[in-house]
Amino acid sequence: MLSRKASEDSHGQDSYYFLGWQEYEKNPYHLIRNPTGIIQMGLAENQLSFDLLKSWLRRNPDIVGMKKDGLSSLVLDHEVISYGELVEFMSKIRGNGVKFAPEKLVLTAGATHANEIMMFCLADPGEAFILPTPYYPGFDRDLKWRTGVEIVPMHCSSSNGFRITSSSLEEAYQKAQKLNLKVKGVFVTNPSNPLGITMTKTELYHLIDFAIEKNIHIISDEIYSGTVFNSPKFVSIMEVANERTSNMNNVRNRIHIVYSLSKDLGVPGFRVGMIYSNNEMLVGAATKMSSFGLVSSQTQYLVANLLKDKKFTSKYIEENQRRLKRRKEMLKSGLRNAGIRCLKSNAGLFCWVDMRHLLSSATFEAEKELWMMILCHVGLNISPGSSCHCYEPGWFRVCFANMSEDTLKLAMRRMKAFIDSTVSVVNQGKGCTYEQSVNAIRELRSWQMHGIRQIIGDHSDIGDWPRGESVTHAFRVLAVSNEER
Amino acid sequence: MALGTNSFQLLSNIATNDKHGENSPYFDGWKAYESNPFHPTKNPQGVIQMGLAENQLCFDLIEEWIINNPKASICTPEGVKWFKYIANFQDYHGLPEFRNAVANFMSKVRGGRVRFDPDRILMGGGATGANELIMFCLADPGDAFLVPSPYYPAFVRDLCWRTKARLIPVECHSSNNFNITREALEEAYSKAKDGNINVKGLIITNPSNPLGTTMDRETLKSIVGFINEKNIHLVCDEIYAATVFRAPCFVSVSEVMQDVEHCNKDLIHIVYSLSKDLGIPGFRVGIVYSYNDKVVNNGRKMSSFGLVSSQTQYLLAALLSDDEFVERFLAESARRLAARHNHFTKGLEKVNITCLPSNAGLFVWMNLRGLLKEKTFEGEMMLWRVIINEVKLNVSPGSAFNCSEPGWYRVCFDNMDDETVDVAVKRIRAFVGKETGKPVELKRWKSNLRLSFSSRRFDENVMSPHMMSPHSPMPHSPLVRAT
Repeated sequence: MLSRKASEDSHGQDSYYFLGWQEYEKNPYHLIRNPTGIIQMGLAENQLSFDLLKSWLRRNPDIVGMKKDGLSSLVLDHEVISYGELVEFMSKIRGNGVKFAPEKLVLTAGATHANEIMMFCLADPGEAFILPTPYYPGFDRDLKWRTGVEIVPMHCSSSNGFRITSSSLEEAYQKAQKLNLKVKGVFVTNPSNPLGITMTKTELYHLIDFAIEKNIHIISDEIYSGTVFNSPKFVSIMEVANERTSNMNNVRNRIHIVYSLSKDLGVPGFRVGMIYSNNEMLVGAATKMSSFGLVSSQTQYLVANLLKDKKFTSKYIEENQRRLKRRKEMLKSGLRNAGIRCLKSNAGLFCWVDMRHLLSSATFEAEKELWMMILCHVGLNISPGSSCHCYEPGWFRVCFANMSEDTLKLAMRRMKAFIDSTVSVVNQGKGCTYEQSVNAIRELRSWQMHGIRQIIGDHSDIGDWPRGESVTHAFRVLAVSNEER
Repeated sequence: MALGTNSFQLLSNIATNDKHGENSPYFDGWKAYESNPFHPTKNPQGVIQMGLAENQLCFDLIEEWIINNPKASICTPEGVKWFKYIANFQDYHGLPEFRNAVANFMSKVRGGRVRFDPDRILMGGGATGANELIMFCLADPGDAFLVPSPYYPAFVRDLCWRTKARLIPVECHSSNNFNITREALEEAYSKAKDGNINVKGLIITNPSNPLGTTMDRETLKSIVGFINEKNIHLVCDEIYAATVFRAPCFVSVSEVMQDVEHCNKDLIHIVYSLSKDLGIPGFRVGIVYSYNDKVVNNGRKMSSFGLVSSQTQYLLAALLSDDEFVERFLAESARRLAARHNHFTKGLEKVNITCLPSNAGLFVWMNLRGLLKEKTFEGEMMLWRVIINEVKLNVSPGSAFNCSEPGWYRVCFDNMDDETVDVAVKRIRAFVGKETGKPVELKRWKSNLRLSFSSRRFDENVMSPHMMSPHSPMPHSPLVRAT
């Protein structure tokens, strides 16, 4: 009766990235009201610098603009903001390493909308884009669902810090050929979500060479470009494209940027996204498509005034990065305290955490179990690497910028307590062998899982997990019976 | 930049076909306006924009409310404590208070005769986004929707471009005031079936764009009966619901549903927006209201592609919950729309120009068949070019709306002030006088005029001319107070 899109589950929203979210919603942590609730560490939001925005608003009370210009331009016009201001801001975020032209910009309702538009413009149904893994789980919905475009994952490995190499690009391309998929481009997120690292110039060169060789597009989702808090500094693909003069062979026409204010300014609710491209035809097509999700003129007006204040934006960018750096260090050291390491990162609102040593086996099944432990037993919603299509089990994305310092510290304490309790179960005596440790963890896990299954019912795959059930309730019961053990 | 055939291959089919509908010749009207826009003192001989269905009659009321309610804005000292929460809020369910307020408002617009469930409200990027969203939910590529003609031209883009659905017009005729008949529906349906086309539903616009008429209860019941019988969907685009300015009052499909025996609610969906009723197209508030649970659940996920800015949701939640304001606004808006409609149509009657009798909308469906040199669509286009180039009015020819009979034109007049309406009427009368050989009296020009605001965005126009650079050097036409 309905379309296939509305009937199937191809929106990608049943992965346990979203399930963890749902569990959190049922039992959210609150300092006073629910101190044992789940702490949300799966949300890549930047909540560190709202005070700066609020004090700007207090200093600029006429932002609503009623007194001066009257409402008419606000409610009637669809293009309130100056694109010149926007591109200047984009340039500033990139350390002014590249200048952008206002007529090459298209405004959209968030990066979600922008990414979908890019797919509609560059690929026909059944065609494909290569995406390095791990990647943001939402891409399965944003890029594929309504467009019919396929994603060919390009597996990156911890052995080289998850970097993009020419050989991995070629391998992914060949894989696509074997599946009879026509590759239209490579889609990268730079800085990376979930890795939190910026691409090196070498990686960017590889990408461009690859795009030249295969005559395909590059889309660079740079929505985290303003969250770079450590060296190396951010290098946009546009910067590298402009630098290179030889052998560029029209590839400049095939390099496109997606940007948004959601992460850099911490305003995801405002739905301000954009596409930037040198390709005039693409800009024309994308502009037409932007009709399906324009930015509210009320919001454009606010953002326009904010960005006009150059002193403020410079100060904001700098202070925000400083706070992100500090917060990341806090998470990193808290995890280290629990014997857990992170991938070395210089950007983003999260860390890519290595928990491979905590798995009962090097499998995704074990990763799932560990994730559930941490969600329900430790009370932290973090994102398992498999939901980001990571090729190696045991990696997790842990966000740090969407909570207060105290909450983060509590999260770290809980983690440490969990690790300590696991270790104490495992190290029943000195001279415990690795195999004994692994067996002990396995036993602990299976006992815990058995407990869960008894309460909820046996579901071998998280995908079957009945969404209405409260896993948390089950763990509460389990915790009680744990004490009795 | 080198653009050869290779460039075409670089982009998708969707990006390079013309199914967005913006390459049509009707773009000339907009071009003429953009290159020579009317201004009472700076360019009194310029083209008056009458192809834009916007409601600019009541923004002073909204403006007043916003000034008097600083708490509703998260940017004012009174409201800034909500800034963090709202700026962060990107849940595709939407703010609960926003959905409650919209449900409440939709009910008021229907005279309180029906209640709406806030949990069935989905957001879309304006009605444009909402229409596309419902189509993605109901139709697969190649599926068809019946649509009574004349219909809003951008349906081609909104319903078909990226969804790859198709539209099958159901012809309506002036002989019965363009009412939809059961016979016409059956005929269009059978023909489609014979051609092996999978008809998934019917989309109607009520009140109608471009006719400006509301559907009577019997017709609606017949339509609901029809779609139930064929087991196809019904999408009712009710975005002009509160522009009804005189009897008969608006009857929504939501009211008629309970009167139809064995009505399958899963087939009924409403598209709504605040752009016309409140005159706030810039805020991009599109709504899909579906009685079908699966559409609600999956459509809600799709709304991620066009959520309403949380800042705007917050403001409108407060505005639409102010019952006293809403009631006052709806009454005053209807009064002003009626006054403007009268002003315009009476001015035309004096030169025997008639329009389809209408009780809603921001335009009239003008009958200029008597002025056609040939009673053909070529004749219609010829007259249209004369109206653009000589009379200097950008009106929209009926063929743009897929009208089956030549000689009809949609003329908008709520997107300007009274004085500009006078100029337009004068020009029409002078033109008709020339055509018919009868002299028409011209009034003296008033010197203290206020320029009406004209938007640069083209969605409500017949066709959006994005063949121009997206950031045309044409300046805004801000509200100018000529002193």
